[in-house]
Amino acid sequence: MEPVWFVLVAVMIIAYVVLDGFDLGAGVLHLLIARTEEERVTVIRTIGSVWDGNEVWLIAGGGTLYFAFPLLYASSFSGFYLPLNIVLWLLVLRGIGIEFRMHIENHLWRSLFDGFFAISSALLAIFFGAALGNVVRGVPLGADHFFFEPLWTNLRPGADTGILDWYTCGAAALALVALIVHGALYVALKTEGAVNEKSRKLARRLQPLLIVLTALGVPVTAVVRPRTMHNFREYPLAYVIPLAVAVSLAAMWTFERQAREKAAFLSSCAYIVAMLAGVAVALYPSLLPSSGDPARDITIYNAATGEYALRVGLIWWALGMGLAFGYFVFVYRMFRGKVRPEEGHGY
Amino acid sequence: MNDALFLHRIHFAFTITFHYLFPQLTMGLAPLIVVLKTLAIRTGNEAYDESVRFWTKIFGINFALGVVTGIPMEFQFGTNWAQFSRLTGGVIGQPLAMEGTFSFFLESAFLGLFLYGEKRLGKWGHWWAGFLVFLGSWISGFFIIVADAWMQHPVAYTRLSNGGFSVSSFWGLLTNPWGLIQYAHNMSGAVVTGAFVMAGVGAFYLLQQKFVEHARIFLRVGVVAGIAASLWQVFPSGDLHGKYMARNQPVTTAAMEGLFKSQTGAPIVILGQPDEEHQRIDNPIIANKVLSFLVYGTTTAEVQGLNAFPKDQWPTNIPLLYFSYHVMVGLGTIFVAVMALAAFLLWRRKLYVSPWMLWVILLCVPFPYIANTAGWLTAEVGRQPWLVYGLLRTNQGYSTNVIAGNSMFTLLGYMGLYLVLGILFLFLIQREIGQGPALPGAGDVRAGAPITRT
Repeated sequence: MEPVWFVLVAVMIIAYVVLDGFDLGAGVLHLLIARTEEERVTVIRTIGSVWDGNEVWLIAGGGTLYFAFPLLYASSFSGFYLPLNIVLWLLVLRGIGIEFRMHIENHLWRSLFDGFFAISSALLAIFFGAALGNVVRGVPLGADHFFFEPLWTNLRPGADTGILDWYTCGAAALALVALIVHGALYVALKTEGAVNEKSRKLARRLQPLLIVLTALGVPVTAVVRPRTMHNFREYPLAYVIPLAVAVSLAAMWTFERQAREKAAFLSSCAYIVAMLAGVAVALYPSLLPSSGDPARDITIYNAATGEYALRVGLIWWALGMGLAFGYFVFVYRMFRGKVRPEEGHGY
Repeated sequence: MNDALFLHRIHFAFTITFHYLFPQLTMGLAPLIVVLKTLAIRTGNEAYDESVRFWTKIFGINFALGVVTGIPMEFQFGTNWAQFSRLTGGVIGQPLAMEGTFSFFLESAFLGLFLYGEKRLGKWGHWWAGFLVFLGSWISGFFIIVADAWMQHPVAYTRLSNGGFSVSSFWGLLTNPWGLIQYAHNMSGAVVTGAFVMAGVGAFYLLQQKFVEHARIFLRVGVVAGIAASLWQVFPSGDLHGKYMARNQPVTTAAMEGLFKSQTGAPIVILGQPDEEHQRIDNPIIANKVLSFLVYGTTTAEVQGLNAFPKDQWPTNIPLLYFSYHVMVGLGTIFVAVMALAAFLLWRRKLYVSPWMLWVILLCVPFPYIANTAGWLTAEVGRQPWLVYGLLRTNQGYSTNVIAGNSMFTLLGYMGLYLVLGILFLFLIQREIGQGPALPGAGDVRAGAPITRT
């Protein structure tokens, strides 16, 4: 049962990053490319009806993690106490930024909330990247599987790590660039005119950087924590994942230049899925590896709850996800196509 | 003050108390908006549609704050209560994960349609969107109550070899009797808040002779819902809750009632301050034998006092528990009286022309919030010294790897952030109430359409 729940939790986290990822990217774009009030409204309206639902994946994923792997939930959330609370504050500010900006027609009010929205979106992308970097690099787990990391120590991924070191900062940079490109491709897909052109241009400009950072990521990770390569060596079939990363990057590049917006955005989704699937394969069966003694790893086996709970959980999880999938199809169909200014009301 | 356990407790207490100011209105207002929408469709009266639009805007602002203050809650079990999470995730995690999958996805999918999709969906489509948002918010409430009820009255669990708890019966957990009673009591508490807010805004307008037609609708719907919910609050839900508690957490009941010594024909304390040191109630006003009757249905039954239990089982803050409980019960009684009077005047067609009654309703608006907060304080302070009643003590549950200073830092952060959120909320709400139920076509804030009536 434990491997099944590893996959389910991974699926929820990946769904979160793919879906809220374009919201976050659109948030960063908001200040970069949208200059006039009309452009900003357009950007907001591309995500207005879906951002809240996308963020539910984080909540539902967190809840599922709590249920299936209580030790992981307890250890990682308390160990990452400071950055996680900062993430929560950023989520609050971002939600307020989106929801409250429209309530008052005053450019100072709107600029303030645009600022909240854009800056918190960028910082969230950075923090999520750094968090992922921490998980891949490993954290200083004690014998009781708990740890506490300060925000930074000496910025080196050695024994006495902090949240930020050069490796996790690199992961943060990669996440920021990847999500800006992802968001730009989404905004391009949903808009016409100036916003569309500017976001496509931004995506094109950032793509080379994304390719470089991605290509650097693999060897650097292998050096920082050699154990990440273990599963790839054991099961060479897993090399299909880095291949998928390369193919999706190439597809993103090509489709963007052919102005095939939907295909380009889906390639970006595929890129994120493949990258995170690669991380999942590198970690398995660990959930949170130790930066020291591997025996201290939090694994699916020492973190899972009881067998009955997991078995019954499969039933309600499948039912709930089926419903959620239905709502998502419904909402995305309701709001399909380009955002048009003449529709006027709301999103 | 620099004690880690104390800070983690205040951290949770502060963030959850502030958070629950919003969901109680969400859950209370949602069914009332569905009622208004139904009336709008059935009567075809435009004033009902305008009322729906007005309350939908209030609902939207309130909902947004509920969402953003709710996100930290989902993670705070892990950040500040890691030992508790490690041990109980296999039980508590289930309702929390189910809340996400069964409620939040539903709410988030239909909220946007409900708030801004009136034209796109047509009248029945819009009714359904509203109904599904209402359903989502009430499902969410249910799962949270299931989680809390397990901490109050643990059922349907097994112990794992690593000391943790795991669900042993799916339905057993969801149908925990404590949870069903608590749910019945809590949801009507939310409706009381919704009803007083709606009626209060109606009274506010009517006292100024503004939006008279809408004000009468708000009063009518608010008072009818208010009398029903506040009666239900006392009987049967409150009565059942009290009886169930007395049987399963008798020491909590003793502390709530300020009953220091066991006695037959135990009296109920209506007013008075508990004096822990001397084990008595100062300046008491009591009603003889009433407590025995309320708990056991006979005036001669013995009710156990605090002296029947070892001191290490006593709730750790007896005065807070006693006052929370008495404030809740006192206010609940006042709500019944106010709403009964208002309902009588409504029936006699005198409510709209009785300014004194409108004043009373208006001034009552803050009190359901206080009563709901006091009720939750009663439940959670009453559970002490346990996190999970009888199984896990509060001092065994916090994150031992998070030092007091860090908890202090984030507590201050939340206090500052929530202060700003509170000010923003009041500002936006007073603006909406000032603008009032808009004229047709002028109701959409998002479009930035001018509000013609100010």
